[in-house]
Amino acid sequence: MADHHHGPTVRIYLAVFAALMFFTVLTVWVAYRDLGPFNDVVALGIACTKATIVILFFMHVKYASRLTWLMAGAGVLFLLILFAFAMADYVSRGWLGIPVSHYLQ
Amino acid sequence: MAIVERDIRTSEDAPRVNYLNNGYGLKSWLLTKDHKRIAVLYIISISIFFALGGLFASLVRFELMTPEGDLMSSDTYNKVFSMHGIIMVFFFLVPSIPATIGNFLVPIMVGAKDLAFPRVNLLSWYVYVVAGILGTIAVVGGGVDTGWTFYTPYSSTYSNSNVILTAMAAFLAGFSSILTGLNFVVTIHTMRAPGMTWFRLPLFVWSHYATSLIMLLGTPVIAITLVLLMLERGFGFGFFDPNLGGDPVLFQHLFWFYSHPAVYIMILPSMGVMSEMVACVARKRVFGYEFVAFSSVAIAILGFLVWGHHMFVSSQSTYAGMVFSVITFLVAVPSAIKTFNWTATLYKGSIVFDTPMFYVYGYLGLFLVGGLTGLFLSSMGLDIHLHDTYFVVAHFHYIMVGGQVMGYLGGMHFWWPKITGKMYPDIWGRVSALLVFLGFNLTFFPQFILGYMGMPRRYHVYPDEFQVLNVASSLGASILALGYLIPGAYLTWSIFKGPKAPDNPWGAKGLEWETTSPPPTFNFDETPLVTEEAYQYGPIEEH
Amino acid sequence: MADHAAHRDHPHGLAHQFEDMPQQKESAVIGMWSFLITEILFFGGFFATYLIYRSYYPYAFFEGSSHLDILLGGINTAVLIVSSLTMAMAVHESHSGNKKRIMVYLILTGILGLTFLVIKYFEYSSKVEHGLVPGLVWHPHGEYSPQLALFFSLYFGMTGMHALHMVVGIGLLTWVFVKTAQGTYTAEYNAPIEIFGLYWHFVDIVWIFLFPLLYLLGTQGGH
Ligand code: HEM
Ligand SMILES: [Cu+2]
Repeated sequence: MADHHHGPTVRIYLAVFAALMFFTVLTVWVAYRDLGPFNDVVALGIACTKATIVILFFMHVKYASRLTWLMAGAGVLFLLILFAFAMADYVSRGWLGIPVSHYLQ
Repeated sequence: MAIVERDIRTSEDAPRVNYLNNGYGLKSWLLTKDHKRIAVLYIISISIFFALGGLFASLVRFELMTPEGDLMSSDTYNKVFSMHGIIMVFFFLVPSIPATIGNFLVPIMVGAKDLAFPRVNLLSWYVYVVAGILGTIAVVGGGVDTGWTFYTPYSSTYSNSNVILTAMAAFLAGFSSILTGLNFVVTIHTMRAPGMTWFRLPLFVWSHYATSLIMLLGTPVIAITLVLLMLERGFGFGFFDPNLGGDPVLFQHLFWFYSHPAVYIMILPSMGVMSEMVACVARKRVFGYEFVAFSSVAIAILGFLVWGHHMFVSSQSTYAGMVFSVITFLVAVPSAIKTFNWTATLYKGSIVFDTPMFYVYGYLGLFLVGGLTGLFLSSMGLDIHLHDTYFVVAHFHYIMVGGQVMGYLGGMHFWWPKITGKMYPDIWGRVSALLVFLGFNLTFFPQFILGYMGMPRRYHVYPDEFQVLNVASSLGASILALGYLIPGAYLTWSIFKGPKAPDNPWGAKGLEWETTSPPPTFNFDETPLVTEEAYQYGPIEEH
Repeated sequence: MADHAAHRDHPHGLAHQFEDMPQQKESAVIGMWSFLITEILFFGGFFATYLIYRSYYPYAFFEGSSHLDILLGGINTAVLIVSSLTMAMAVHESHSGNKKRIMVYLILTGILGLTFLVIKYFEYSSKVEHGLVPGLVWHPHGEYSPQLALFFSLYFGMTGMHALHMVVGIGLLTWVFVKTAQGTYTAEYNAPIEIFGLYWHFVDIVWIFLFPLLYLLGTQGGH
């Protein structure tokens, strides 16, 4: 198993670094524009992009076994399950037209 | 460590070096990296907590013999049932099978010399011990009265008991289980012996794999939830505090995101034990091997989608409740698959009437009742009546005690010869298994009726008309206690006086039965080469 | 493999339970990823709490965020990104077992990590000065939204937990550094550096999300 011999090169690391720096500046810049609700979308989009780059290149997942992909994916998937099912409650609390919560308006 | 150096191939009649006689000093135990010794350390430690939790349980049953609260004040009662639950869940049930029998068997069953990270394994035991000490300090120093669920705002704001210390202990116990789960996942992925494909793995290994997934994916969420609770209670941070706009129900979401999957941590391992024992008892391959294997993984995954069924009456949105209710019905399917397949395995098997068989039958019956009553509770409308009554208490005891504890005891009886190299008197095994089964049903079946009639859980005073059933329950609890004490006695006896166990006393299949009893330090003299499926018991006529 | 592990002659760094180096390395990497899964879900509890309260009280969150210093947060983001680069380089060098270069990159990574913590310290003390620590020193100036304390509880909880991970990281880094200096790692046996790198990058990723979620909202406060 000679997996590390086809890992990323120094050049790729530098490119990744440049991209991360660029996105950092970009996200600050965008924050000062008024995009309405899209400010959040863009900020999160950029953060996800940065995270993906780090995972793929710095953390070598792009060059790793299927199992590593599966593991990284499982972590994210179950995180989304937590978000989605918890939010499902909060989003739908008002739908019945009765005040279901005493705590949140 | 020095233990490695000895030569294990001594002459035929000299006593073989095995993991037990390979060093006797305290240090050789407390610094061991051998998964089998760590399993033994765990068996001893969880037995202590089982006894402590049992003590609190008997106090509860004593108090409930009479409708008045005459034995203790309601404050004390709150502490007693809380500490019973916390100790039993976090310090006994979660580690019960994985950290002991699982720790002992998973590496052997996959044909490895040890777990992938022996030092991490030892660390997990030490973390557990520290957690246990903190928990004991909390108990001795006044106890805790929040229930094992730690619901806010009671736990964060109002309770006057040792919440932070106990939460810390639960946090650490969880961390210890994460380390165990991590070790299992890696070991099962990378350490299988040549020829040991995924579908040749014993079902015990599959169920521990599924358990480990839950440990990895769920336990961190209870950890962070307890951290939030500690920050809120300790520093006055606001996360769940309604005064700051926080929502106490969010605590319940986070808590049950772990704790529903965690109930499967407390049942999947015993399902693995059952699969091994059913095959051996019936002398047949487990019916529908693939289905049983995948149902473990399905339970682990689906188990994460149903937590809201604990919150039907918590002000959770009714729509979310409906979704949770429907998915809860689905999650019963894989459990049912297992039960059907075990039954099908027994069908036309040539049943062997040893102690393990008694546990198999007991388990099948009790788990069935527990699982089916779970379906009552998952029906949202019915649960409004049943929620927080003794019906729920009976439901989960049927599964956790009737299931996991039966599985633990059964497994201990099944693998005891392997672990200790000694045999116990089988007749006593059968007697105590029967006592456990009878005592258990007498204890908990009346609680279904009590709950249905409306007796709420967690109160020590109740109307007179509930007394008959409560006395029956307390009576059953005494029989149950006897059923637990007897094995404690004869198993301990067998260590010193029991006859020497053969390598394969049950004529069972599996790598653990091919090595010696007790196994050598590195489990096998030669790395095994696996050439056949699990449970090749051959045609029944031969036996 | 008929022979007992201890009697076999045995590659440098191979633990007794493994058959060969690739198996050991694979186990280490998978083990670390398993651990990172737990870390994802651990921080996930914070993020879920954030998500829910943020969607209920956007204005309290804008307000809280406007109390944070985007410049310091931005500098810290950059510091961590550079440290991720140096860490990646240390791992890269470990594949050829170049001891000296590994040590240089590890030192750089450590210094950057400390820089992050120092900056964080200054940020925290300014929050203490302004009375923005819920429960402990809580007396925000002027009028403020009733749920401002929720935001700052999350701010301190999340960045505090992240900083704790940095501290642990620097501790581990020191250990890896000492081992490198002792010449433990070779081109064949370098898994500890590699999996430590995974941890370090993960901590960076958490910050990549914390920065926009906590700091950048404040720019929208007026709307
Ligand atoms: C067969 C599938 C199962 C179903 C459909 C099911 C359903 C439910 C439901 C709906 C409740 C909530 C009742 C209420 O609080 O009103 C509940 C409670 C509970 N169940 Fe189950 N369950 C199942 C299996 C299990 C298993 C396998 C375990 C444990 C090993 C378990 C342990 C518990 C516990 C501990 C509680 C009560 C927690 C508490 O409030 O203290 N259940 N179950
Ligand atoms: Cu549940």
